[in-house]
Amino acid sequence: MIDFTKIYEYIPFIIQGVLITIQLALVGAVGGSILGFIFGLTSRKKNIFGYIVRGIIDFFRGTPLVFQLAFFHYGIPQMVKAFLGVSFVPTAMFSASVIFIINSSAYLAEILRAGIESIDKGQIEAAKALGVKSSDYMLHIIIPQAVRNVLPAIVNEFITLTKETSIASIIGVSELMRRATIITGTTFRYFEPLLIVGITYYIMNKILSNVGKAVEKRLKYD
Amino acid sequence: MIKVENLFKQFDQTEVLKNINIEFEDGKTYAIIGSSGSGKSTLLRCLNGLEKPTSGKIVIDGVDIVHNEKTLPVLRQKIGMVFQSFNLFAHMNATDNITFALMKVKKMSEADAKQLALEKLTEVGCDHRTTHYPHQLSGGEKQRVAIARALAMKPTVILFDEPTSALDPEMTVEVLKVMKNLTNSGMTIIVVTHEMNFAKEVSDLIIYMDNGEIVEINPPKIFFEQTQSERAKKFLNNML
Repeated sequence: MIDFTKIYEYIPFIIQGVLITIQLALVGAVGGSILGFIFGLTSRKKNIFGYIVRGIIDFFRGTPLVFQLAFFHYGIPQMVKAFLGVSFVPTAMFSASVIFIINSSAYLAEILRAGIESIDKGQIEAAKALGVKSSDYMLHIIIPQAVRNVLPAIVNEFITLTKETSIASIIGVSELMRRATIITGTTFRYFEPLLIVGITYYIMNKILSNVGKAVEKRLKYD
Repeated sequence: MIKVENLFKQFDQTEVLKNINIEFEDGKTYAIIGSSGSGKSTLLRCLNGLEKPTSGKIVIDGVDIVHNEKTLPVLRQKIGMVFQSFNLFAHMNATDNITFALMKVKKMSEADAKQLALEKLTEVGCDHRTTHYPHQLSGGEKQRVAIARALAMKPTVILFDEPTSALDPEMTVEVLKVMKNLTNSGMTIIVVTHEMNFAKEVSDLIIYMDNGEIVEINPPKIFFEQTQSERAKKFLNNML
C-alpha cells in the first residue's frame, strides 16, 4: 500500500534537510565560483602557480566525489594526528563544504578557461593597440564576454552540484537524501519518503535552471 | 619619426621579414603593397609591438621599442591601429567602444569621453549609430567606428592593416573616403592594402614588398608608371 499519512509528521524534518542541502549547494556554488575564478585565471599561466593549480584541478576532476569526501573527512584527520600530533576533528558539514568548494571550483575553472579561449584574439589586440593594460582588458573586455558565453555550462555545474550534495550523506551530513534514509529506518517505508525527496530535488533544480535562463537573457547583447 | 633598422622576423623556421630598413617621416602617407605572404602585415604589426621581431631595431621618436617592452603601453597611445577584422568589443555599443580606452588609458571623465566619441563618430559619418552594438552595424560602419576609436586617442601615427579586405566594394568606398580625409590631418599614415587605386591616389610613397624584403620604395607616379624592379613589374601585371 502507498500511504503518505505516515510521512506527514516528518515534513518539518524533511524541510530542515532541504535547508541543509541548500546551504551546502550555496556554499559550494559561491565559494566554488570565487576559487574557480582564481583557478581559471591562474591555470592559464605558464609559471609555478599555473602548474600547481592545474595539478589541483586534475586531481579533483580525476577522482570520485565520494572518495574526496571520505578522504578529507576520515583520512586527513588521521594523517594530521600521525604527523603533527594534534587532533583535527572536522564536522561533517565542514568537510563537505571544503570538498564541494574545491570540487566545483575545479570544474568552474575549466569552464571559465574555455570561455576565455572562446573570445577572438582580435579584441585583445585591439585593446593592446589602444594602450589598455592587460588587467583592464581581461576584467572589462574578455571576462564579461567569456562568462556570458559559458553561462549555460555554469548553470549546469550548479545543478550538478546541488544534486551531488546528496553524496555528503555518506560522511553523515544530515541533508535531504540522508533524511529519506532515516525516515525509512523508522517507518519501514521506502517509496513515500524517496518520492518526496526526489520531487524536492527536481523543484530546486527547476528553479535554478529558470533563474539561469533569466540571467542569460539579461546578459544578452546580440 | 619611425626608423626601422635591420629588422628580422622568424616564425619557427620561416623567415617572414628579412633585413628591413626603412624610415617613416612624420605626416606622410605610406602604402605597403605586395602579394599575400610577403610580410606586409607582419612589418606593420611589428611597428606597434603586436609582433616581436627576432632581431633588429624599431626606433620611434628616439625610443627603441623592440628592447623596451615596458614602454609599449605608453607608446601605443601614440600609434593607432585599424584591423582587417575590425576587432570592435562585441559587448559594447559604438560609443562605449570608443570611450573605454579614453577612460581607462587617458583617464578622461565619462562626460568628456562621450563628447569626444560623438565628435569622432561624426567625423567618420557614424553619429547615427552611437548606441548600436557591433552586430547591428554593417561591415563599413564597423570599420568606420574602429577608425573613430583609433582617432579618439589622438595618435600621431595610424596603422591600417588591410582595412577594406573584409568589405564589399560599396562599403570599401565609404571606408576609403574616411581614410582619405585623414591624409591632410598631419598624422603619419601607414596602410597595408590591396587597393591599388587608393594607394596611387593618396600615398606619398609606395613600399613594395615581396618574400619578406622591401623591393622598391618610390612615389606612386614613378612606381606605377616607371616600375623599377622586375618583381614589382610582374606583381603589377598580375594585379591590373
